[in-house]
Amino acid sequence: MDYIVPPGLYAVGHPASSDPVVVTANYKMSYDAVRQSLCGRNVWLLVLETYGINVWCAAGKGTFGTGELVRRVKATRLADIVSHRRLLLPILGAPGVAAHEVARRCGFSVSYATIRAADLPEYLDNGMVTSPEMRQLTFTLYERLILIPVELVLAVKMIAMVGAVILLVMTLLGGMTAGILGFCAFVGASFSGIVLGPLLLPWLPGRSFAVKGAIAGILWSVLFYLLAGGSSWNGAVSAALFLTLPAVSSFYTLNFTGCSPYTSRSGVKRELHFGLPAMAAAVVVGIILLLVGRYLL
Amino acid sequence: MKNFRYLEHVVTLKLDDFICIGCGRCLEVCPHQVFAANGEKVRLADRDACMECGACALNCPVRAITVDAGVGCASGLINEWLQVHNLRKVSSGGCCA
Repeated sequence: MDYIVPPGLYAVGHPASSDPVVVTANYKMSYDAVRQSLCGRNVWLLVLETYGINVWCAAGKGTFGTGELVRRVKATRLADIVSHRRLLLPILGAPGVAAHEVARRCGFSVSYATIRAADLPEYLDNGMVTSPEMRQLTFTLYERLILIPVELVLAVKMIAMVGAVILLVMTLLGGMTAGILGFCAFVGASFSGIVLGPLLLPWLPGRSFAVKGAIAGILWSVLFYLLAGGSSWNGAVSAALFLTLPAVSSFYTLNFTGCSPYTSRSGVKRELHFGLPAMAAAVVVGIILLLVGRYLL
Repeated sequence: MKNFRYLEHVVTLKLDDFICIGCGRCLEVCPHQVFAANGEKVRLADRDACMECGACALNCPVRAITVDAGVGCASGLINEWLQVHNLRKVSSGGCCA
């Protein structure tokens, strides 16, 4: 399927020269969202070449940027088509666009309108004034939920590979039951980090994604311990379970920072700096405990 | 942002009061309401809410704002680190696509 709309100037309804110009990316879902929200109105739609990437990610990479905006305004001869000199941009496009540079280079002033395309009608009816709600980011349960399938698909190869190694090694060392238990424990921990962590994000304690993920992993460890008859294991094996599984969940929930609209680069750097060594240590100590529990106790 | 707070005291965002002309562009572009009007100037009302997207710095006409802008994405940063240490071939650049 093709998710790219050719860049250029589009008309929604029958816009006249005085009608507003809304700017968006050429990712089909962005384009469709804007077009649908403006349905029944007369608006110009200036679509930038972002190579099929959404506004927010394209702005981060600079393709939804000053240069492309100025180039597209000139290429479409927008100044000859509209009588005003105002462009309405999505607020999340601002990391790529310097409004004062656009004004200097092509004479159009930039207004950062709303975050969501769905708020555009209200913005236009509101005399093109942004209300505080239109500037407010959200990250609702549903917004998090729809991101999870993609995260699962991206992780499934790695989970299958590591899971297969665990299945093989543990079967060789401890028999078929141990192999299957190890495999299930690992896959469950991965799912806890990818699904449970993000879903429970606001309710899991702490601010760090790594900590939130570790807690999701502890929840899974408790459940697994109960389901798999952990009371018959020795202390070393139980401790190994409660060390390694939270580490796996923690890693995957930390990965969800890339999907969240509020984590900073410096914050994620700090989490990686402290989190990755802690996760690695937990896994190594867990494996040693597992071996100790299997052969020495 | 309602219901969500990230780590405290980590962000690199800085505002130079002396250079600021109080145009209010940063208030317009910030999706986390980090800035607030303060008479003829702007002040940092909620610095820890910053996600370092860089929109304010890029849109400040007098360059009163600095921030080490980038994407707060773990896999992006891990890929970046692997590339810097020559452990992975240079790809399209870290995060997402």
